[in-house]
Amino acid sequence: MEKITWEMSAEEAKGSARAAFIKKIYELAKTNDSICLVNCDCSPDGSVQDKFSKEFGDRFIDTGIMEQNACGLAAGLALSGKTVFCQAFGPFLSTRAIEFVYLDGAYNDAPVTYIGTHCGVTAAAGPTHAAVLDIAFMRSMPNMTVISPADAGQIEKVMEAAVDYPHPIYVRCARGEEPLVYKTNDYPYEIGKAIIAREGKDVTLIGCGNGVHQCVVAAELLEREGSDARVIDMHTIAPLDKEAIYAAMRETKGIVTCEDHMVNGGLGSAVAEVVSECEDPSLRIPVKRLGLPITEFFIQGSPEEVYAYYGYDYNGVCKATKELLGR
Amino acid sequence: MAMRLTKEELQTVRALQLQAAENRRALINLTYVSGYSHLGGPLSACDFLTALYGQFLRWDKNRLDDPERDRFILSKGHNADILYCIFANLGLYPMEDLLKEYKNYLGRWGEHPNRFHNPGFEICSGSLGHGLSVSCGMAMAGRIDKSDRRVFCLVGDGELQEGSNWEAIMLAGHQQYGNLVLVVDKNKCQGCRLTGETIRDENLGQRIASFGWDVREVENGNDMKQLYAALRDLPASTPGHGKPVCLILHTTKGCGVQYMEDGMAKWHAGGIGDDRIQETYASIDSKLAAQLAETDRLIAEAE
Repeated sequence: MEKITWEMSAEEAKGSARAAFIKKIYELAKTNDSICLVNCDCSPDGSVQDKFSKEFGDRFIDTGIMEQNACGLAAGLALSGKTVFCQAFGPFLSTRAIEFVYLDGAYNDAPVTYIGTHCGVTAAAGPTHAAVLDIAFMRSMPNMTVISPADAGQIEKVMEAAVDYPHPIYVRCARGEEPLVYKTNDYPYEIGKAIIAREGKDVTLIGCGNGVHQCVVAAELLEREGSDARVIDMHTIAPLDKEAIYAAMRETKGIVTCEDHMVNGGLGSAVAEVVSECEDPSLRIPVKRLGLPITEFFIQGSPEEVYAYYGYDYNGVCKATKELLGR
Repeated sequence: MAMRLTKEELQTVRALQLQAAENRRALINLTYVSGYSHLGGPLSACDFLTALYGQFLRWDKNRLDDPERDRFILSKGHNADILYCIFANLGLYPMEDLLKEYKNYLGRWGEHPNRFHNPGFEICSGSLGHGLSVSCGMAMAGRIDKSDRRVFCLVGDGELQEGSNWEAIMLAGHQQYGNLVLVVDKNKCQGCRLTGETIRDENLGQRIASFGWDVREVENGNDMKQLYAALRDLPASTPGHGKPVCLILHTTKGCGVQYMEDGMAKWHAGGIGDDRIQETYASIDSKLAAQLAETDRLIAEAE
């Protein structure tokens, strides 16, 4: 199949999830003195340290490079009634510190919002610096909500929703500038409620994080070839919006999932679980999961190169969709 | 060790000694009834916990959710069974409930504590090396609130092999949490063998002090007089900057039951059958009698 290069139009823009996070946490903390920020030596240019710590003093801590202790500390703050955002490199937050998230956060049901940056392969720095197991780990925990915002604008909506959320949340963000899926930020957002980013009746493309952008572009390309693809922004992987999946099963012929994560255990697995466990077998439709394979540690390359190599960029989504539809 | 206890304080010590023996008996009964529990660590920590809850923790059993309460974090979660007994003896719930439900199907009390099911517990713990991290967060919250409430965290000496403790020790020293008290139950023995043989730790106090802590050693952490003095003499808690305090309690694993003291790692956990139950209670009673005789002598001398 011929590969197509998607050229961003003038209206399309990119945004940095990390920059959006920092802007938003500052805004929120100005009007809510319960908000605390725990950071593990991971803010770009020291901007958090410079701004947040000067203004909010004791409500900020940069623990240094100690994700385990930071995740436990964040739980201690939350158990003392604070509204806590705990930001760390996603790779270390979700693997090295996982027991501290699991036991101190989830088991204690401490309402910490754990924010992992550099998730998926977006750090372009090899498997030591990639969070590609995080969705699988986090969504396996009782009490834990798992969110992968589609773009930098959505991060702000997630943070607003997180402030009064009574349970721990894990939010995965990319490292750098990512395409914005939504042109404006005036759409309603609710944790646990999928967003139909594009209506369609032939097939359903379900993405999370920057996978949503890949699905949106793929849907445009598929349209040129006569396929009408629905795109679901499944920003919340746990708890999963089953109704959105049931609707896709009733109304379209197949599902393709796209995520910057191992294909085992992530969004695609979560979707496949719902489809395979559907009480009415006649509703079941084929599911194709796209993501990193379990057969190897991923290759070196820019995020876009890695997505393409493993077939979970928009071209990969198109190819998988056509195979699924038998076209 | 110069303790300078007044007559009134010695009388409190005497009451705490009686209470500690009562707590030990309850633990032994719990073990006898349930067939198995942790023993060595709970017994080494029993005197400290009895003193803390009996006298020094700012804590009201009728207001467990008071935001201004001192926090006690049991990082060595496998010692929960002694705290279950202490709380029952303090009247948080009937002892019969604990005996009936401990480790039983759908029971509320398990081998490790659960804050949702077990009154008095601040966190769910069990995996070692977590409590001090959580305690740092609680100390930070106290600072934000400008409150003088303290956070006490109890760890075992074997537990300090978990690296996360040293992250927290490093951080607390740097942040100068003057409202944090780390208590090390240095009973010198872990699950399989002697702690010092596993990883050398004879200069533990120096190591912790090197991170900016105020380290205080309690020569005999099972001597109620020494525990009383150490807890009484803690520096004032401050939400501002001050050295975090570390109390190293040199204790005896299995303390209070002679054959467990002799058996060390063998009695980390276990059961007590009909063949040993009387011997066990007798050992507790005879050790208590010796303690009380000494305390009574000191009280008489103080008059």
